[in-house]
Amino acid sequence: MQQKTTNHKAWFLVLPVLVLVAFSAVIPLMTVVNYSVQDTFGNNQFFWAGLEWFQEMLSDERMWNALQRQLMFSGIILAIEIPLGIFVALNMPKSGFWSSFCLVVMSLPLLIPWNVVGTIWQIFGRVDIGLLGHTLEALGIDYNYTQDTISAWITIIVMDVWHWTSLVALLAFAGLKSIPDAYYQAARIDQANRWKVFRFIELPKMMGVLMIAILLRFMDSFMIYTEPFVVTGGGPGNATTLLSIDLVKMALGQFDLGPAAAFSLMYFLVILLISWVFYTVMVNLDKKGM
Amino acid sequence: MTDATALTPAVTKPRSLPKVNSRAVVMTLYLLFLMLPIYWLINMSLKTNTEILGSFSLWPQNLTFENYVTILTDEAWYMGYVNSMIYVVMNTVISLAVALPAAYAFSRYNFLGDKHLFFWLLTNRMAPPAVFALPFFQLYSSIGLFDTHIAVALAHCLFNVPLAVWILEGFMRGVPKEIDETAYIDGYGFGRFFVKIFMPLIASGIGVAAFFCFMFSWVELLLSRTLTSVDAKPIAATMTRTVGAAGVDWGVLAAAGVLTIVPGALVIYFVRNYIAKGFALGRV
Repeated sequence: MQQKTTNHKAWFLVLPVLVLVAFSAVIPLMTVVNYSVQDTFGNNQFFWAGLEWFQEMLSDERMWNALQRQLMFSGIILAIEIPLGIFVALNMPKSGFWSSFCLVVMSLPLLIPWNVVGTIWQIFGRVDIGLLGHTLEALGIDYNYTQDTISAWITIIVMDVWHWTSLVALLAFAGLKSIPDAYYQAARIDQANRWKVFRFIELPKMMGVLMIAILLRFMDSFMIYTEPFVVTGGGPGNATTLLSIDLVKMALGQFDLGPAAAFSLMYFLVILLISWVFYTVMVNLDKKGM
Repeated sequence: MTDATALTPAVTKPRSLPKVNSRAVVMTLYLLFLMLPIYWLINMSLKTNTEILGSFSLWPQNLTFENYVTILTDEAWYMGYVNSMIYVVMNTVISLAVALPAAYAFSRYNFLGDKHLFFWLLTNRMAPPAVFALPFFQLYSSIGLFDTHIAVALAHCLFNVPLAVWILEGFMRGVPKEIDETAYIDGYGFGRFFVKIFMPLIASGIGVAAFFCFMFSWVELLLSRTLTSVDAKPIAATMTRTVGAAGVDWGVLAAAGVLTIVPGALVIYFVRNYIAKGFALGRV
């Protein structure tokens, strides 16, 4: 890291960002805070409700269940996508035509609008017209993502793996490419086997980008809304109602502003807390020069 | 397929197998897994509805471009693409314009509260759009920006500006400070130095940041749908039109889906040589 000079005038350079983000983040967030402590009986008349909504939400099983499902979802997809992404990155061609070919094909799912991702899998998994659903049925496997909880879960998890593993793989690949050849030569002289090369050279060198990958994947999976909503609509029952889906149902569907706002704030806080931990780890890794 | 490959990294590969082959097999399987659902969508977009629902075939029996013609000739359809492109480009320009100076400040100077500010910016990238949907709707309605392209562009700044600052800061840190100092000694003012000397140096970083802004603004639906009704309706929201009284028009839905993949594919093609570098976010 380079030495930085102290210059408080640098604030002026940050000012445009500050104004813009204040407009698009602070004002809306204040609105949410405002709703979370008030009650309304319509007609735009609001009454002070204090922490009532927070207490109500905290004792409400609905939120805890959604949180549980959300943690399970994020946990599962991280457990699959991170190792799979690293594995794919290790197997990617390092240069030449096939390398760019893989890069282009792998980036494709990342640039598909999220509801289209949902639509693709909704079609793909249907028993009557989808390749996946049809094949599974032909194999005699009982699969129906609109009726069966397990099928629905498998569908949204495979969909997320399909959608985002490439991001992890591309990040890991970028990390791998930055390792100088000398490291591998040294390993060859020491007669290190493949596993040791991975464990002691590739993995430590990838740590920085992997932390970014984990941070991004955690945040995005925790906020996921569109894709599972398009595929399952939160069903069957409430089986795939993740936090965002539940929140939108509450805020825009039932218009329960107070509880929804309290829910929002707690939701945001949870993400903030976990991300802060990741961020601290990441900055420490950066300082060590990884 | 996924589960099988997910388990393998922990296992050492057998040495007897020729290395090139096992690599090629893994990549082929993975790319196949990525392409199959997309192929299926393309396949469906080239069929008539009767064929989709009537019989099951791996490729279209009577090839038809009817579905694409429907979309490209109906204004309600193709304006969706135009609207999306407009707000995506606006958002990318705004995000970069404000993020560039800020990233420079973060990469070069210590100032009061800089670390807290940087983390606070990042927290906005972590804010779930679902939390902001309703307040955004009220905010933009009250200032008369509802259903305009600029409203969506500004709303998407919520997550794109922090990301752009983060990426650019990484790239700028890689530029030696001596360059700044030499330029100032040579009599360059800050503005001229920044545009003439500094920006060309981090051109690839700017490209990468633009790519990410484009990407996240293009794929987002919740906010863009909440903030628009007619005039600025994005293509992703237009797609719900296919669900009519007579059921879902699968062919047109699939064709619309295929057309949303095209802009992304084009962008990827142009930046293909920078993708790997870009994904390192300048941090490697």
